[in-house]
Parts: sequence; structure tokens; C-alpha cells
Amino acid sequence: MKVKVFRLVFLLLILLVTSSVAVDKTIILATTTSTVDSGLLDILLPVFEEQTGIKVKTIGVGSGLAMEMGRRGEADILLVHSPKDEEKFMGEGNGINRRAVMHNDFVLLGPADDPAGAKRAKSIGGAFKSIAAAGTVFVSRGDKSGTHAKELSIWPYAGSIISNQWYLESGQGMGATLLIADQKKAYTLADRATYLSFRDKIKLVIVYEGDKKLLNPYHVIEVNPDKHKGVNAAGAKAFADFITSDTTKKLIAGFGKEKFGSSIFFPDDD
Amino acid sequence: MIDLNLLIVIRTTLQVTGSALLISVGLGLLAGVYIALNDFPGRKVVVSIINTAMGLPPVVVGLLVLLFLWRGGPLGFLRLIYTTQAMIIAQVFLATPIIAGLTLAAIQQIPQKMKWQARALGARGGQLAWLLMREARYSLLAAVMAGFGGIISEVGAVMMVGGNIKGDTRVLTTAIVLESQKGNFEAAIVLGLVLLSLSFSINLGLTFIQQRKPGT
Repeated sequence: MKVKVFRLVFLLLILLVTSSVAVDKTIILATTTSTVDSGLLDILLPVFEEQTGIKVKTIGVGSGLAMEMGRRGEADILLVHSPKDEEKFMGEGNGINRRAVMHNDFVLLGPADDPAGAKRAKSIGGAFKSIAAAGTVFVSRGDKSGTHAKELSIWPYAGSIISNQWYLESGQGMGATLLIADQKKAYTLADRATYLSFRDKIKLVIVYEGDKKLLNPYHVIEVNPDKHKGVNAAGAKAFADFITSDTTKKLIAGFGKEKFGSSIFFPDDD
Repeated sequence: MIDLNLLIVIRTTLQVTGSALLISVGLGLLAGVYIALNDFPGRKVVVSIINTAMGLPPVVVGLLVLLFLWRGGPLGFLRLIYTTQAMIIAQVFLATPIIAGLTLAAIQQIPQKMKWQARALGARGGQLAWLLMREARYSLLAAVMAGFGGIISEVGAVMMVGGNIKGDTRVLTTAIVLESQKGNFEAAIVLGLVLLSLSFSINLGLTFIQQRKPGT
């Protein structure tokens, strides 16, 4: 009995180790929740895997954590949208070949009756200011994601003091945060892609959009292979080349047209 | 939602939980029986550790396994992070103490007289263990069910070390989390029902084994 169990455990251990040999054909992509939740990667990845035979392991986290993974060499390639943090990441030599991929924009969502009067504001800073002045609930991602970074960069323009009386941090992804804000009839900042995928499920409407400050650019960054020897540099380069290629741009531009009536990501030239 | 993807998720769930359960049953029974039948220095401490580990917070296990298996971690060279194997490892850490602890209790509950009797009749080592395990089989199957229940319903650890990768490391629990985050509550409920029926049928099977008439 004992011998049998030992043999079984031993066999399973061998299986564990041997089945993880084919590593060069795998890359770890650390990216934001918006590219995953919107379904964009579900369209792009099969094409990439078909073309190159490289399997992509997508880890959908906030941009902040995605870059932290890159900093530690735990990811091979990043697809993120937090420009200031990206520049810092590049400045520290953590990444190479940062390239523009696509953009869309952020929108301020709130209850249809707009109790704070954010619709009347002339800038996004003004809209934030009216929320603070009215003390209506605002749900922040609070997770160091690209959206969170964008939100924090806007508050100084509002010139208001954030108070936990009305300022909540969900600590969750964009989708979950939208649902919380919807249930609380609160304001929240969202990327347009996630908002459009949730439009039918929530009652919140766009109360402010169009400010230049709300631009939301996505970049692809290859993790610097000189810093971490485990990084699959060739696989990462193949993915970056793929996602910035002309054929992929067409796929990105076409994504969402059927479902939402318009593109939700707009490809960029580098 | 009832499609190929769902079938893949179910298959992954069964693969991961099945393998983890097999390993945990092996390790847990072995450890439980050994500790029950042997006296050694520090035995009480070991038993306390096992009893504490029966309630290990899955996210803590997930975090530790993650830190060990990360490329930069001590076992990073194995390249196991974000694989089903990593999920199996995390689940083994969760289920083994449960099975070991309940096995220990079950074997200790067997009247001392019976142990003496078996020894007097010449049963030794593995033979004695086998005899006592047969005697405690109802409780041991309950231990297996408890271990199974603990890991098939677990989400925190497998999410962290598996990454919830579509078609690869996505299991029923992590798929439920994802679908509810996306606001697809219908899909989440369907997945929940699938998980419950899966769990129920496996427990039903184990119960049938457990409740067999004696002597068969």
C-alpha cells in the first residue's frame, strides 16, 4: 500500500516537471483588465498563436501590477495604458521598444439625473470639482491601474480635497467597479471600451467626455531581457511586432463594430 | 455559454482537482496513519500544525506558492507559474492537511483494544495500517470528501497561481468570478450550477462507496 502511494506520488511529480519543458513557445503577457474584459484579446490572440505557434499566457491585472511583473521579470511583454508610469518604467531600464498600439478615451459616468451637475462642467477637472462640492459618491478603482492613475492625475485640476465621506476605493477591476458604482448610483471614471461592454448591464450614463486629458493610449513594451535571464525576448518581440502590424491594426479597428456599432479601440501609428 | 469553452473549463477543473485530490489522499492518509500509530518527540506540535493547516487561508497558500514558483522565486526554474501544475500544487497544500487531520482523528478513534488485538495476531507496519484503515473507512472517505470539497470550491489560490488563462488554467470557480465581474450573471449562475452538480455527483459516488453494505 505504502509503496504504491509512493510510486504514484513520484510518478505525478515526474509528470509535473516534464510537462513544463516546452517553455520557449510560451510568453506571459501582463496587461490591463480592459483588453481582457472587452474581449479584444480573444480576437487577436488566436491569430497570433496560429501565425507563430507561440502560446500566450494572458494575465489581466491593472497596469501598475503589470509593470511590477515586468520589473521583476515575471512577464515577457506588457500591454498597458499608464503613460507616466510607463515612462518611469522605461527610464529605469526595465523595458525596451515601447511602441504605441492604440487608443480610446476615458469617460466620466454617473447617474442619469446627475445630482452633482457634472454635465454642466467645462472641463473634466470642473466635473470632478462639482462631484466633490456636492459630496456625491465617487467610486475609484484604487488599484494602481491605468484608469486609477488617470483619475488621480485629474483630481489636482479639481482643486478639491478628497474625503472618505464620499470617495470609495473598490480595489477591483474596471468591470467590477462599474457594477459597484452602478449599484451605489455613484460617479466613476471608466475606459470607453469597458463602459461599452457594460452599457446594457448598468444604468449609469456618460456625464462628461471629450476633454483632451481623457485620452487613453495603450503601449506595448518588451521586458528588458538583459535584466532578467528568464525572459522570452524572441517571443516578446514577435508579439510586439504582431500587435503593431498593419493587419492587426485592421482587426483592432474592426473590433466592436458589430456589437457596439463603432470601434472601441483606435490603432495608432508609432 | 454551453459550448466548447465550458467543456474545456469543466475538463480543466476535473483534471486539476482530480490530480490534487489523488496526491493529497496519498500524502494525507500516509501522514495521518503514521502520526496516529507512532509516538515521536514533538508529536503534539505536529498535530497542532496539521490542525491549524486544516484551516489555511487559500489566498495565503496561493501567495506563497506564487512567490516560490515565480521566475525570480526559488523554484522559478521549474517554469510552473501560471500552469495547471501550479494550481495542483496549491490545492495539494490545501487538501492534504484536511485529509491528514481527519485521518489522524479517525484512526485514533479506533478502540485501543483492537490495535492490541491486531498486533497480537502479528499485524505489523503496513499490514496494521491497512487493517485499521479498513476499520475506519467510513471516516476516511469522509476525510476524502472534505478534502475534495475544500479544493473544488476554492478560488483565491488557483486564481493567483493559475492566472485564470482562457482555455488553459481557467476552472469553474475562476470562470464564475470572471463572468460576475463582467456582469454576465446568467453565465455565472449557469457555471455555478455546473460546479454544484459536478460536486454533487462526485460526492454521490463517494457516498455510494462509503455506504456499501459491510462484507462486500
